Amino acid sequence: MPIEKERERVFRAQGLTKVYHMGDIDVHALRGVDLELHRGELVVLLGPSGSGKSTLLNILGGLDVPSAGHVWYDGHDLTTAGERELTQFRRRHVGFVFQFYNLIPSLTARENVAIVTEIADDPMTAEEALQRVGLDDRMDHFPSQLSGGQQQRIAIARAIAKRPSVLLCDEPTGALDSATGIRVLEAIESINATLGTTTVVITHNVDIARMAHRVLHLGDGRIVGEQTNATRTAAKDLSW
Amino acid sequence: MVSALTRKAIRDLWHLRGQAIAIALVIASGVANLVMAKSTYESLQQTREHFYREYAFADVFASAKRAPQTLAARIADLPGVQTVQTRLMSSGNLHVTGFDEPVRAQVLSVPKEGGQPELNQLYLRAGRLPDPDAHHEAVISEAFASAHDLKPGDAIDATIYGHREHLDIVGVAISPEFVYQIQPGSTFPDFKRFAIVWINRRVLESALDMQGAFNNVVLRLRPGADPAQIVDEVDRILARYGGLGAYARKDQLSDHFLSEELRQLETMAKLFPTIFLSVAAFLLSVVLKRLIDTQREQIAILKAFGYSGFDIGRHYLQIAGLIAAIGTVLGIAGGAWLGSMLAGVYRDFYRFPFLDYHLSVLATATGLIVAFAASCVGALRAVAESVRLPPAEAMQPPAPGHFQPSLIERAGLARYLSQPNRMILRSLERRPWKALLSVIGLALACAIMMVGRFQENAIDRMIDVQLRIAAHQDLSVDFIEPSGRAALSELRALPGVRRVEGVRAVPVRLRYANYSYRTGLSGLPQDASLRRPVQADLSPITPPRHGVMLTDYLQQLLHVHVGDMLQIDVLQGRQAHLEVPVAGFVREYIGAQAYMDLDAMNRLLGDGDVVSGALLALDDGPTVDVFARLDRRPRVAGFSERSAEIGNFYTTMGQSLLVFTFISMLLGAVINFGVVYNSARIALSERGRELASLRVLGFTQGEVAHILLGELVILVAASIPLGFAAGWALCWVMAQGLQSDLFRVPLVLLPSTFAFALLTMAGSTLVSALIVRRRVAHLDLVAVLKTRE
Repeated sequence: MPIEKERERVFRAQGLTKVYHMGDIDVHALRGVDLELHRGELVVLLGPSGSGKSTLLNILGGLDVPSAGHVWYDGHDLTTAGERELTQFRRRHVGFVFQFYNLIPSLTARENVAIVTEIADDPMTAEEALQRVGLDDRMDHFPSQLSGGQQQRIAIARAIAKRPSVLLCDEPTGALDSATGIRVLEAIESINATLGTTTVVITHNVDIARMAHRVLHLGDGRIVGEQTNATRTAAKDLSW
Repeated sequence: MVSALTRKAIRDLWHLRGQAIAIALVIASGVANLVMAKSTYESLQQTREHFYREYAFADVFASAKRAPQTLAARIADLPGVQTVQTRLMSSGNLHVTGFDEPVRAQVLSVPKEGGQPELNQLYLRAGRLPDPDAHHEAVISEAFASAHDLKPGDAIDATIYGHREHLDIVGVAISPEFVYQIQPGSTFPDFKRFAIVWINRRVLESALDMQGAFNNVVLRLRPGADPAQIVDEVDRILARYGGLGAYARKDQLSDHFLSEELRQLETMAKLFPTIFLSVAAFLLSVVLKRLIDTQREQIAILKAFGYSGFDIGRHYLQIAGLIAAIGTVLGIAGGAWLGSMLAGVYRDFYRFPFLDYHLSVLATATGLIVAFAASCVGALRAVAESVRLPPAEAMQPPAPGHFQPSLIERAGLARYLSQPNRMILRSLERRPWKALLSVIGLALACAIMMVGRFQENAIDRMIDVQLRIAAHQDLSVDFIEPSGRAALSELRALPGVRRVEGVRAVPVRLRYANYSYRTGLSGLPQDASLRRPVQADLSPITPPRHGVMLTDYLQQLLHVHVGDMLQIDVLQGRQAHLEVPVAGFVREYIGAQAYMDLDAMNRLLGDGDVVSGALLALDDGPTVDVFARLDRRPRVAGFSERSAEIGNFYTTMGQSLLVFTFISMLLGAVINFGVVYNSARIALSERGRELASLRVLGFTQGEVAHILLGELVILVAASIPLGFAAGWALCWVMAQGLQSDLFRVPLVLLPSTFAFALLTMAGSTLVSALIVRRRVAHLDLVAVLKTRE
């Protein structure tokens, strides 16, 4: 990937703090996170449970707002955006992949993708999206007729079909065995490479970090380390 | 000490409070209806019995033209007769200062020697009975007194049998004979224009010229005596004295109306609670099913810790029971309140000395049992599932639902459907029974909304047919006794009178095979234009020169057809027995009468070319001037205004109809809200994750709400035609329940009624939708990413 493209900034966060008030105690999920994400980058957020990974991802994805600090997407301050603007932000620019797939059980694979392409500005076809994740032979199956790995790949197809600027994956392999998980990571890797989608993958699996351009280590609500992989390992060569 | 499971039940209930309240309200509506109808029934029934007993209400009634007082002993000797009370009775006109319209009165005698009559005694609300030595003292009925604000000490003028009397009011009374104070032949009670007046027998004797005679007799029977047999005997005894046909208490006008009212309350006590409690059972079933689905893991853990299936089942039944308990308590309170309101309405129409309305213990117990039984039935299926659930399986999340393309898509219309619309259709089709039951529940709500308006439509039609289409006179005049045609010329000569038509009415008993019915036979002239009965299609018809026409209800009652020979026993004059063919039927909603051509009737009766009254069309409508002139005619016994009858109806009944419409709208809205709100909440609970995922994917709140509420809109839309049909059926059932010889309620449903149901359905759906829509705004988008299904 050319270096100059890598430097094009998509996200910038400054002093992100998030405090959840749980009854009488305050839980500090984030304690002043600064970060930049660049176009075409595949970043892995690594850290133990409760380190603030998901909170950070949710704020980047416009699902949550920080208690303090700012996050800019493409120069727009997301922290001042209202509910309606955040919905539009997610609709136009963000693709989400969840740990538990979150497919609509009453829609087929194709329709689960179409539900997003129908509201997107310049989507690819549902068929193309499914082809990209290698599921063009399962398009008319309902979720209940598919394995977990297949369901997650449909979720990826659904996330990328609108050609999002960023793809946010929260523990995408968390509910899968390693062989299936690797197939899912291959799909993510291929999307990142061919579409140039800035991709953030949350995991607590250290091995997965080897496929990233950059790895951010989170601990106790802070970024405690950052490394750039000089050589990346292809997803198919990962194992755990 | 409250067990942990009971605490859980209470907290679960708190968590479900919105839905629990909606269901409790539906249960409450059912119980309230039951308690109201049953309590009112019981109160009315007991009050009636008490009043009849305490004030010696007679068992048999008979009138004659003039019978010697010595006949009383003969009647008293009849086996089965306990007490005989002879009286004088007359119709008259009253003149109330400041009220220019004609007031009809039924004048009754009280014993010469003073004191209460032996039978049909008076309950004095104020004042006293007439002094036997005073000449001009009268007691008036309470309904009339309060309509004109008359009190003891006031005075009225009366014209009785052509004699003008000045009467001092000494008392205001209620009698078991006139609990429902309605003028014979009237459609509705008119307390302003109809009165009962009691005066000393001696005064009435001289006015009617009835010394040593009576024209009315009432009897009390011994326990076990057969009223029908006594009626026949009395008829036989009075035949020679112009007997007008005896009848038993059940045919007495006031009692007959009361019995009809009680019958209606009984129907009401069954019909509405059944509907409400069925809907409540369905809602409970759905809500508990969902609760158990979401608590699979908890059930598994409880079972793993050693709770038995029975414990778990009881726990969920407890939740259903708590909802039923809340509903029942609300229902009993609401029923007591509605019942006292209804009793208030009854107090206006039915004059009892007291109407001690009390909350019936039996009704309360029935409400309690029925509500709990319905709740248990509703809860049973879901609870059984919780009992059966094996712990190991319960630990696993439920398998994802199986879906397939919907019928519309299989029919090749898929390309017209967006993904959200496919979701809506498939979800509906996956659980067709649930959808169907929801539709049925909503349809019942729609039906109940129609009932309130139906009453209004029906009564409008009854008035229209009876008082507008079939009748055109301004005034109807009754003569003191059948008179020759000269009486008509006299009326025609009065200034302001445009047209006069002579009519004749005689009391008769109609008989066919084993069936018989006592009613009036009216003779109408061939060239009648002021009063023409109508056929089923509402076109007017003149009775043919041969044969008799009957109100269509008599067709059912007597089982006769056109061409059948009907026996007519005339209960007046020469007591002729006639055999006349049935010439046809006329449509009437009030009363059940027979009609003949006037000339043919006079020929058959053989007592000359006479009329008993006349219908008048006036140049300028009814005026004080005309009233005054009529009042001076010695032959005129009384007269009444058609327009007053119509106007009176709308003022007396308008308010109670409005209340009824309001109540049924409220009840319909409760069901509608219960079903829509619960469906929406359950859909939200079942699909919250799915909808939150869509929100994360960039769907707006509105788009997500579309998926959630679209399903409801389809259910509501599907329920409307069914609701219209159910409404029609419910009104039909009610109309059937209201059929009697007193009146028939026609099944009239105007487009405005359908529109009303539609709008109120749409309105209450909108309210439920808005509430649920607000919840969509609070979907937890973050949680959905981290939880498995």
